[in-house]
Amino acid sequence: MWEYTDIVQDHFLNPRNAGDMPDANAIGEVGSLACGDALKLFLKISDKDVIEKASFQTFGCASAIASSSALTELIIGKSVEEASKITNKEIAAFLGGLPKEKMHCSVMGEEALAAAIRNHKGLPPLAHEEEGKLICKCFGITDKQIQKAIRENGLQTLEEITNFTKAGGACGACLDDIAEILEAEKGNKNITEIRPVTKRPMSNIQRMQKIIQVLEEDIRPRLTQDGGDIELIDVEGNNVIVSLRGACSSCRSSALTLKNVVEATLREQVDANIQVLEA
Amino acid sequence: MSNIIYLDNNATTCCAPEVVEAMLPFFSQLYGNASSMHTFGGQVGKHISNAREQIASLIGALPDEILFTSCGTESDNTAVLSAIETQPEKKHFITTRVEHSAMLAMGDFLDKKGYDVTYLPVDSKGQLNLEELKAAIRPDTALVSIMYANNETGTVFPIQEIAEIVKAKDVLLHVDAVQAVGKEIIDLQKLPIDFLAISGHKLHAPKGIGVLYIRRGTRFRPFLRGGHQERGRRAGTENTPYIIGLGKACDLAAQNLTAERTQVAHLRDILEKGLLDTIPHSIINGDQQHRLPNTTSIAFEAVEGEAILLMLNKFGICASSGSACTSGSLEPSHVLRAMGVPFTYAHGSIRFSLSRYSTEDEIKKVLEVTPEIIRDLRKISPFSRI
Repeated sequence: MWEYTDIVQDHFLNPRNAGDMPDANAIGEVGSLACGDALKLFLKISDKDVIEKASFQTFGCASAIASSSALTELIIGKSVEEASKITNKEIAAFLGGLPKEKMHCSVMGEEALAAAIRNHKGLPPLAHEEEGKLICKCFGITDKQIQKAIRENGLQTLEEITNFTKAGGACGACLDDIAEILEAEKGNKNITEIRPVTKRPMSNIQRMQKIIQVLEEDIRPRLTQDGGDIELIDVEGNNVIVSLRGACSSCRSSALTLKNVVEATLREQVDANIQVLEA
Repeated sequence: MSNIIYLDNNATTCCAPEVVEAMLPFFSQLYGNASSMHTFGGQVGKHISNAREQIASLIGALPDEILFTSCGTESDNTAVLSAIETQPEKKHFITTRVEHSAMLAMGDFLDKKGYDVTYLPVDSKGQLNLEELKAAIRPDTALVSIMYANNETGTVFPIQEIAEIVKAKDVLLHVDAVQAVGKEIIDLQKLPIDFLAISGHKLHAPKGIGVLYIRRGTRFRPFLRGGHQERGRRAGTENTPYIIGLGKACDLAAQNLTAERTQVAHLRDILEKGLLDTIPHSIINGDQQHRLPNTTSIAFEAVEGEAILLMLNKFGICASSGSACTSGSLEPSHVLRAMGVPFTYAHGSIRFSLSRYSTEDEIKKVLEVTPEIIRDLRKISPFSRI
């Protein structure tokens, strides 16, 4: 069992400012279902750039919910400029500390806030290629995110990097790359600035929801007519992994169904780059 | 803590009061060493023999086929190491993707030693394709190791058919029956397997005692070397109190086997049906037709397992989760992943595992509080459809 502080437990059992905000004028989303945690932050920012209201929706463990709750408490009443200086360390400190394996929950809070502020300024969410080079494919973590976590928290080991960013925590294939980044950071090498952004990609949550919606409302009814069925297994970048069930699973033309029906529909309605794979 | 509702019996069980009572004299009056020449020590030996008989009788084995170990993991490790040491020319090992970590870690270990390791996949119910097993067996296969029943989903493998396939090819077979003993009817006179692992604390004996069944005539190399205990097959002074406790627990398990398969299953079904009926977007993980009578693994869409567990904990309800966050790893359970449970569900999977001490009132309490917990968590989840 995790050693959660009383404050973490309190913010988990009695989350402050939880829920949707219909009149929000800034929204920031980070994480995904596949990753196991996700945070959608809603802000109501006044004409004078003060955060009047903040609320959140979080999918995740107790510390993810508590970190989201703490974040809203920290930023309400602050100016956007003041709020933008808040780091994951302050979120963790507000909660009286987090278990080290759970520090990534506080990082998620910091990232959601940054995303919401970008949204308020009329800037699109950062796409992976714009956030830097993708390092951890399992959790979609880029070199920029890893560098930021190292600098802000003075991280010294690979394990700490995984605790703070989740990078390298699943298959572990990227651990060598992470070690290189860590070495470079220790040597204080200069990192190039984030390039300006032009396009407006969907956030992970929007994308996942759109895929679920198209599958449920459009594709599935067509398959069930023929006694088949489909289930979404995972979304990894542009790869949508599904499992064909019922009559489809034994159907000889299931590969055609996958390409001509499922993939074609998702490409048309969600993203032209989607590839559908069978689990 | 008072008013605990303990529904995590696949993790560990309470010691039966009769077991505790049976053990007590062996901590005090009867503390002698069974190997001693004097009567004071020697008299302990006949109690150990009695326990060995009680255990053998539960699974249809002979007393001399029962080897005492310290835990299920030691039993699993011993079987694998013995099989590879007695057949050094064979360099292939077969197991499944859904085994307990005691076996997966041995697979890793053998892989690093240069062995070919085959991990058999499972379908969406967690079942094996026996044709794949048949095809995987090679002339150089040293051992096939397959669990009797899965700890996370309760899915029971067709061990009889598996045994017949493996023995037809004359290959050694180890069965990790840690979750099955005391819940499934096991008769080793009819089931042609070579090794079988038992763990005491899963069937109301204490932690720290296990058994490895070794069929008579099976070539064996010890894991622990030293004294001549267990006829030279496992050195170390016998853990007398725990051996007596396990014997008593097996005796009780034999008496309660029918109740375990009817009453416990009935309560499990009430729990399962009640949760499915009151909580939309929830599914059962595993094979409902072939399943341990005490286990249900239920997945709730769009919520995360650790959060559910901590909410249940508020009401004193103990369960466990297949979610990543509870284990400290960042990925959901390898069992649910192997089954292809969608991520929308895998992170929100909760396992309730009952025992013969579970009551209808306890189940009612769980049914009373869980729907609200899921509703509350879904209310604040960005993925909720409800």
